[in-house]
Amino acid sequence: MANQLYLSSSPHFSSGESTDRLMRQVIYALLPAAAVSVYMFGLPALVTLLICTLASIGFEAVCQKLMGRPRTLGDGSAALTGILLALNLPASSPWWMSLIGAFVAIVIAKQIYGGLGCNPFNPALVARVVLLISFPVQMTRWTAPAPLSLSFDSVTSATPLGQAKEAVMLHGALPADLAAGFGDFFLGRMGGSLGEVSALALLLGGLYLIWKKVITWHTPVSYLATVVVFSGIFWLVDGTRYPDPLFHLLTGGLLLGAFFMATDMVTTPVTPRGMLVFGVGCGLLTVLIRLFGGYPEGVSFAILLMNAATPLIDRYTQPKKFGFVLEKA
Amino acid sequence: MQLKTFPGGLHPPDNKQWSAHKPIEDCPLPEELVVPLGQHIGAPAVPCVAVGDLVKRGQVIGEAKGFVSVPVHAPTSGEVIAVEDRPHPMGRDLPAVVIRADGEDAWGDLLAPLDIAIAGIDELRQRILSCGIVGMGGATFPAHVKLSPPDEKPIDTLILNGVECEPFLTADHRLMLEESDRILSGIAVLQKILGVRQTFIGIEANKPDAIERLSRACADLPVEVIPLEVKYPQGAEKQLILACVGREVPSGGLPMDVGVVVQNVGTCAAIADAVLRGIPLIERIATISGPALVEAKNLRVRIGTPLRKLVEVCGGTRVEPAKIIMGGPMMGMTQLSLEVPAIRGTSGLLLFTADQVSTRPEGPCIRCGRCVRACPAHILPTTIAAYARLDLFEEAEAYNALDCIECGCCTYSCPAALPLVQSIRYAKNAILAKRRKV
Repeated sequence: MANQLYLSSSPHFSSGESTDRLMRQVIYALLPAAAVSVYMFGLPALVTLLICTLASIGFEAVCQKLMGRPRTLGDGSAALTGILLALNLPASSPWWMSLIGAFVAIVIAKQIYGGLGCNPFNPALVARVVLLISFPVQMTRWTAPAPLSLSFDSVTSATPLGQAKEAVMLHGALPADLAAGFGDFFLGRMGGSLGEVSALALLLGGLYLIWKKVITWHTPVSYLATVVVFSGIFWLVDGTRYPDPLFHLLTGGLLLGAFFMATDMVTTPVTPRGMLVFGVGCGLLTVLIRLFGGYPEGVSFAILLMNAATPLIDRYTQPKKFGFVLEKA
Repeated sequence: MQLKTFPGGLHPPDNKQWSAHKPIEDCPLPEELVVPLGQHIGAPAVPCVAVGDLVKRGQVIGEAKGFVSVPVHAPTSGEVIAVEDRPHPMGRDLPAVVIRADGEDAWGDLLAPLDIAIAGIDELRQRILSCGIVGMGGATFPAHVKLSPPDEKPIDTLILNGVECEPFLTADHRLMLEESDRILSGIAVLQKILGVRQTFIGIEANKPDAIERLSRACADLPVEVIPLEVKYPQGAEKQLILACVGREVPSGGLPMDVGVVVQNVGTCAAIADAVLRGIPLIERIATISGPALVEAKNLRVRIGTPLRKLVEVCGGTRVEPAKIIMGGPMMGMTQLSLEVPAIRGTSGLLLFTADQVSTRPEGPCIRCGRCVRACPAHILPTTIAAYARLDLFEEAEAYNALDCIECGCCTYSCPAALPLVQSIRYAKNAILAKRRKV
């Protein structure tokens, strides 16, 4: 007889799925977008990615040490937050800004709430918004793509969304050549933060996550569909003032947000119906902010606002339990 | 064709290939059999033999006590050498009759066979009770109780459960393949007792040979075989009813509330033996499998046979087992030793090696929603489990903890290795205990 027999309550079988594996898969899915950003923006992009990732891991380790929590760097969640943060920053971000971002994301937005699983807001997005409000100049100094550049003195360029918003504000109409850039948007030849430049790379990563069953289709599909429909309505009403849905889809952080941030498990609803509500809410807010808000881009704010609504959504989208019957009056 | 099923559930690797093709073998008699007096849900039987008594195979050794109870019979002939508490698969020492087999295996006086064309319904029910028939899918609920629905609950549908959705287990599969005539005889008895309008046999599509075999056998009978999608827990009673006839048993209700009675195919075969041959429930088919075993087998096992004997018949162990499971890997119970006996609910015995035993430490819930999507009861396992772990039982109840069917899908799917169903079970026990007190 064995010296050691395990006794446990059933089940005695497990899917083998683990938090570590889920986080790793998301990191893999982000690699194409990260690679494109390094190609398009060169060395500065690589440096930003490295600082954000390493600093996030470092802050997580320090926090866990100081707070006497178990060390869980192996779960990959800190590294993932770091990568997501970097992808939300301009390539020209100064090193200290990346550091502050990582500090805000890991220490303030995650560990203070209790660590993995306890944070109500997406840590990378909290950091992005804090940086955007604190350092508006650095955070909106977008680098023009300069493939494989080794230089840190970059040419700045407005984002397509920024150009559109400015033109509408100044001239009351969209720039004439707006639609000309779709091929560039798709491949990533436009100004913007690291991770929003290539729609193709983001789409690949997103589809990989759905294929690997890391995320479900609910949030991305409802988010993107809402943006298309809602922005489409405005476009149909006045196509000279409001950009067409494809422009909305391909520019800004929409794809990054829809596939990688609005699907962050911790800060979004757990039920499929809740995910649909979450996606629709994100879509509406994103379009509203883009068209009528003070900022040209609304993805970060939209997702954070919906994060705040997550407990409410969870409460009202509970599945109907098996055998549910209305109480007879 | 779209196979019928239920919403939720998941697809654990079925591991049936080890034993699915192995014909049923008779397990040799052990020298000593330990027959627990409580092998069913309800009151344990009261012993009616004493140390030194000689018993015959099939003789009553414990009498039913109350309506939800069944008698217990001697699995073979021999001498009663003890009536005392012995290790029971439930994990405690419980009253049992210990018989030293005389090797003769001589039958005692059996009840006379009944002709179902003539026998009254009460007589048939009484026979099922007298022969100690219980649900053999694992729940061991006395069969005669299920077959005695109150008048205000008319039953129009009988469903035979041949799903066997637990990984590894193939006992019902072999029974359907090799002894379908017993099942069909049992169906006739059940149809007579219940007076049902329709009868279905639900079988998962991973047993095409059994589906074909029974479909052919039922061609001229008022019985329809329904192939079901391979998905765990397809064999859970309420999920099976939904898949087969599209009726949802109300929360807190029983199948009879939607006019359905479900019986496992093994139970059905045992009912046939009881009614048509007067043979009580003293043996069953069990799958002995698992990676620690030399060879997987489907054995016909006398109740009371120590598990050690079953392992010996399968060629012993290849490596030291790290976990002994009675039943399937999703809902079975781990055992402290191989000295406990096989009982009426023993659908399988699995020996796992250390590789199959997950000792991964639990992490925090990342709210991934996998448990929610997998839950066939459509409740929020992670939320209930979180309340349960804080002893907030009222909140757990408000989130429908009592609707949990304990299938284990949540724990199976959890990437953080959280003991979700275990926590929910804990909450259910606390809620029910409080109700009993009030």
